Amino acid sequence: MPLTKITSISGRCVPVPGDDIDTDRIIPARFMKCVTFDGLGQYMFYDVRHDEKGQPRQHPLNDPRFAGAAIILSGKNFGCGSSREHAPQAIRRAGFKAVVAEGFAEIFFGNSTTLGMPCVSASRADIGAISEMVEANPALELTLDLAAKTLSVADRQFPFDIRETARAALMAGEWDPIAQLLDSTREVDRVATALPYVGPRT
Amino acid sequence: MPTTPFSFALGAGLPYFSALQNQRPIMSTSGKTLFEKVWEAHAVRRLPNGQTQLFIGTHLIHEVTSPQAFAMLRELGLGVRYPHRTFATVDHIVPTDDRDEPFADALADEMIKALRKNCRDFGITYFDIKSGHQGIVHIVGPEQGITQPGTTIACGDSHTSTHGAFGAIAFGIGTSQVRDILATQTMALSPLKVRRINVSGRLGPGVYSKDVILHIIRKLGVNGGTGFAYEYGGEVFDAFSMEDRMTVCNMSIEGGARVGYVNPDEKTFAYLKGRPHAPKGAEWDKAVQRWRAVASDADCRYDDIVEFNAADIRPTVTWGINPGQAVFIDENIPRPSDVPESERASVEEALAHMKLKGGQPVRGIPINVAFLGSCTNGRFNDFVEVAKHIKGRRVAPGVRAIAVPGSQAVGDLLHEKGIDRVFIDAGFDWREAGCSMCLAMNPDKLVGDELCASSSNRNFKGRQGSPTGRTILMSPLMVAAAAITGTVCDAREIFQAPS
Ligand code: SF4
Repeated sequence: MPLTKITSISGRCVPVPGDDIDTDRIIPARFMKCVTFDGLGQYMFYDVRHDEKGQPRQHPLNDPRFAGAAIILSGKNFGCGSSREHAPQAIRRAGFKAVVAEGFAEIFFGNSTTLGMPCVSASRADIGAISEMVEANPALELTLDLAAKTLSVADRQFPFDIRETARAALMAGEWDPIAQLLDSTREVDRVATALPYVGPRT
Repeated sequence: MPTTPFSFALGAGLPYFSALQNQRPIMSTSGKTLFEKVWEAHAVRRLPNGQTQLFIGTHLIHEVTSPQAFAMLRELGLGVRYPHRTFATVDHIVPTDDRDEPFADALADEMIKALRKNCRDFGITYFDIKSGHQGIVHIVGPEQGITQPGTTIACGDSHTSTHGAFGAIAFGIGTSQVRDILATQTMALSPLKVRRINVSGRLGPGVYSKDVILHIIRKLGVNGGTGFAYEYGGEVFDAFSMEDRMTVCNMSIEGGARVGYVNPDEKTFAYLKGRPHAPKGAEWDKAVQRWRAVASDADCRYDDIVEFNAADIRPTVTWGINPGQAVFIDENIPRPSDVPESERASVEEALAHMKLKGGQPVRGIPINVAFLGSCTNGRFNDFVEVAKHIKGRRVAPGVRAIAVPGSQAVGDLLHEKGIDRVFIDAGFDWREAGCSMCLAMNPDKLVGDELCASSSNRNFKGRQGSPTGRTILMSPLMVAAAAITGTVCDAREIFQAPS
């Protein structure tokens, strides 16, 4: 199945301030009692968005001015902690297409890439500047250009970083590697046979 | 930021199939790290984007991150290609008291049934509750002898790094990769750099492996390990039991390192010998030979080397909402004004959540709950060590204390030796094997803003089941000391000369 070649993403942004935002916060474990990912979107950042009584808190994610945003802006080490793919799945299913943060935890980054959701890193100052611009005018669209590695908002441009392998896979429409992995069964079996603890297929 | 004792090894050895462009393959005459050797033996090919297709020899699955992967397989009309290399157990959602099925929680019940069906449909070995071998996946793998040196291991769980204690390269993965491994027994990965972490000298009395890893994370940061595999070594690791090594490797991910490992040695082999899935007879001798050879060569080159001295490490506890926000038991909690501007907001957020004040001593914080267990500290030795000290003591009034063996085998052995009794007599609630209060997917949860002294690995907001619940991570003996006094305290002062 051919995948979309992701070369650029445009949309409005929502700031989710904070460093070390862990995947327990992105999707609390109690919402992972499920056998499919469907429906996870509504629980994204649930405890960040709701108080103990389930009432909405004041938070950009609840702010109608940011409703319909497609890009999350955040701090350092976004997505740390649990390897749960439920986290990027919830973000995707809540309608987001990309995350711009100062940095990402390794597993979250890989999981997101496999879903075709680019995670790109920009400096604290630049993310701060973009956040200020969208706070002032939430209707502003940000364009994330994977070819040029730039973020454009209004008349301003900011550079970003992304691991080269992920950028290549997104742009080539090969971000879900399953087709390629299925493509080399003979080589796989050869490696397996050479490993004494594995042995031939049963 | 605390200062980091970095010392960079220049011209470090490059991992095989380096993902970076424009890098010359180095025809190095130097030796190789365990990571490089294992990677090379399992590399299938280079993918167009530069990643490596890596063979995963051992795949572990549990009920939370696998059902969606099986659904994807079915959707794509794919089978499981190496069913004999996937092993399953159930841990996150199982109740630790009433285990009669159907479970009271219908969603949990649906999950265990789905796992059972998927394993049956695809011919996967499954350690179910009735098998007597059920437990937390990272405890079951080693105790079954499935976890072996020189292997690649993956599991849809970030604490898969635990298995690195045996000299395996073990990755936590997402559900799409669970699907990839079921379908192909491979996954797409970029190689990691290797940081050697040496801990020299000898730990003082009452200082444990948990303190070592909390200290490492505190010093190198919760994202300091991003892009690295941590190779732990030095006198402290040589002296450590396999259980201690597992405790450290387990929390590598809390320092941002997806992989952590210790080179295999005689202790590794002694632990594995005779275990159900370990090689037998002549195969055993051959395996040990291979395992010896897979250890990092004396002349290998690391991408980075960090040195710690055991004498500098004291019992460590967290005060905040990530495992790097930690202090020694005799220190005060930092004030927002003590830290650099860039960290001030994090400290303020953590203090607000924990309802603690900057500058206050960590010692003396009252607790409501004490939790002994998890894949970090739910092993036989953890309970034995605590039992030695709590005999004849009682949990403080008003403190809810639970002790949860990490696997049925751990629980059975403790029962056989009468050690469970010590906990019960001290006032601990003694439970059946599972993840329990480590995370909020089963009935064991904090209520409201209860504060828990916990031997687990994560103190994230809401981690233990209540959005306002508070977690302080520490070693099992420190948890026991907190349970007995009702406050966070120094176990070395509560118990006679801990070993
Ligand atoms: S004990 Fe905790 S960290 Fe370990 S596997 Fe279970 S939930 Fe995850």
